[in-house]
Amino acid sequence: MTSNGSAGRWSAGVIPYAEMGYWRPDYQPKDSDILAAFRITPQQGVPPEEAGAAVAGESSTATWTVVWTDRLTSYENYQAKCYRVEPVPGAEGQFIAYIAYDLDLFEEGSIANLTSSIIGNVFGFKALKALRLEDMRIPTHYVKTFQGPAHGIVMEREYLAKFGRPLLGATVKPKLGLSARNYGRVVYEALRGGLDFTKDDENINSQPFMRWRDRFLYCMEGVTRAQAATGEIKGHYLNVTAGTMEDMYERAEFAKQLGSVIIMIDLTIGYTAIQSMAKWARANGMILHLHRAGHSTYTRQKNHGVSFRVIAKWMRLAGVDHIHAGTVVGKLEGDPNSVAGFYDTLRKDKVAADPVKGLYFDQEWASMPGVMPVASGGIHAGQMHQLLHYLDEDVVLQFGGGTIGHPMGIAAGAEANRVALEAMIKARNEGRDYLKEGPDLLRAAAKQNRPLDVALSTWGDITFTYESTDTPDVVETPTSV
Amino acid sequence: MRITQGTFSYLPDFTDEEISAQIAYALDNGWPCSVEFTDDPHPRNSYWEMWGLPMFDLKDPAGVLYEINQCRQAYPDQYIRLNAYDARYGRQTTALSFIVQRPAVEPGFRLDRQETADRQVRYQMHAYALDRPEGDRYTR
Repeated sequence: MTSNGSAGRWSAGVIPYAEMGYWRPDYQPKDSDILAAFRITPQQGVPPEEAGAAVAGESSTATWTVVWTDRLTSYENYQAKCYRVEPVPGAEGQFIAYIAYDLDLFEEGSIANLTSSIIGNVFGFKALKALRLEDMRIPTHYVKTFQGPAHGIVMEREYLAKFGRPLLGATVKPKLGLSARNYGRVVYEALRGGLDFTKDDENINSQPFMRWRDRFLYCMEGVTRAQAATGEIKGHYLNVTAGTMEDMYERAEFAKQLGSVIIMIDLTIGYTAIQSMAKWARANGMILHLHRAGHSTYTRQKNHGVSFRVIAKWMRLAGVDHIHAGTVVGKLEGDPNSVAGFYDTLRKDKVAADPVKGLYFDQEWASMPGVMPVASGGIHAGQMHQLLHYLDEDVVLQFGGGTIGHPMGIAAGAEANRVALEAMIKARNEGRDYLKEGPDLLRAAAKQNRPLDVALSTWGDITFTYESTDTPDVVETPTSV
Repeated sequence: MRITQGTFSYLPDFTDEEISAQIAYALDNGWPCSVEFTDDPHPRNSYWEMWGLPMFDLKDPAGVLYEINQCRQAYPDQYIRLNAYDARYGRQTTALSFIVQRPAVEPGFRLDRQETADRQVRYQMHAYALDRPEGDRYTR
């Protein structure tokens, strides 16, 4: 303890945060502390320890000047403590500040409260040029105060009776403008062709060209017809996102009444609304799909915002069953190592710290069920070996354009994807080097299946090879092929 | 029609050799196998009849294949599936499940619609095979 006990600490005026007890290099974090790793870019002349202390202060008890009313509290307990600051390799002027928060600072089971503290005021703080929340360690003491996924991966698989392979989905395209009747046609064709799920897009809510109730009715006609045609359970993510909770509950209730197995919400509805819908989904036996609409506004740039691995953690606590988490090989941002970190965070029970994957802390989930990651955006059947290699089995692979754009029609597009997937799983289980032999395995499967043959000649060479923006800095990061 | 339940229904039916390769994969993972059969393929029919208990202690794929073939002999006209079970902490669920025998003809399902108020329809999937009594559903 530096100057906490001295009279100087309480003199009126402004003193550095580091001297107010927010910089504590000697502090040993407790098992029950919430830990955060922030990437800080201090203004010229601000020492990194002071910047780290300022973040700790501004995200906990401090204000800009000394207040005597602190002395009415056991303030040391409530002060966040910056206990370590490290330079970021290869990024001059950037540091990782590790901060510990006592569990007492947070309301049980509230993402809103957690985030109001950790990312509340501090991101606009003038002494920093930029600030990014890279990762958090949520102690099991706090994990246990959340509901967690309404069903989770294991229950979802049992509910759908689908085992041993990734699930397949597609987003109905075009995103906007289809009438409800035409929209339901796409659902029916894609599901009867072989997909497990179809999906509303994030911005399909209830617009003049298609109101939600009409969409729900036609989609469920398509879903049920496809179930009868295949003898398999099928689902369409009915997006219940709306302007108020009352509207969302009304839409969710209607989806339930129609026999849907799954509904969907957008990240834009807010943390509390997500927790409310997770509670509803658990109570009503409905799988809950989350589309991460808007996240790239704050997750993509490395020096400022909140990493997606943190959002993934919050959403597992909040209680969704599905969340979009990147494809590695598709059209949207996704460095292979970072994406592996997101997937671990969502699926595993014990996640070990791994700088290569951008994971700063060990995370224990204390048996909280896993969230099924969803890979969506610019992926096609010709990448099946890579998708399986990078994303493994507990994932929903969503081929929107790669299903609906098939020259022989939507059902053929769906079939091509399913055949490619099953062929790859079969080869993997037989011990083949499926990543290396992938293209040959797909061609062999295509010899017996014309839709796959046509899919491969349509999209076989399409790749999206751009450099990733959001990569872990700790070691050199390879990019995908 | 072809019922597409299970991990591999979109591939041509597996030979015994291909089935054995999948069994070997399951056993290598420490997943015990089990054989189940039914003549009611409704997707919500979770509990197919068990052909004996899961083979917890069987380590040889040939032994599992033998049980599949015994079941095939006993129920030549029914659906048979092979399951592999992952009892690890955190999973404790089926890891792999695929159909290893189908009836020669799969009549599929009829979709019955009951029109109700507000344009809502109540759907019911009806397996044609279930029009005949249990045990007699796929015999000619």
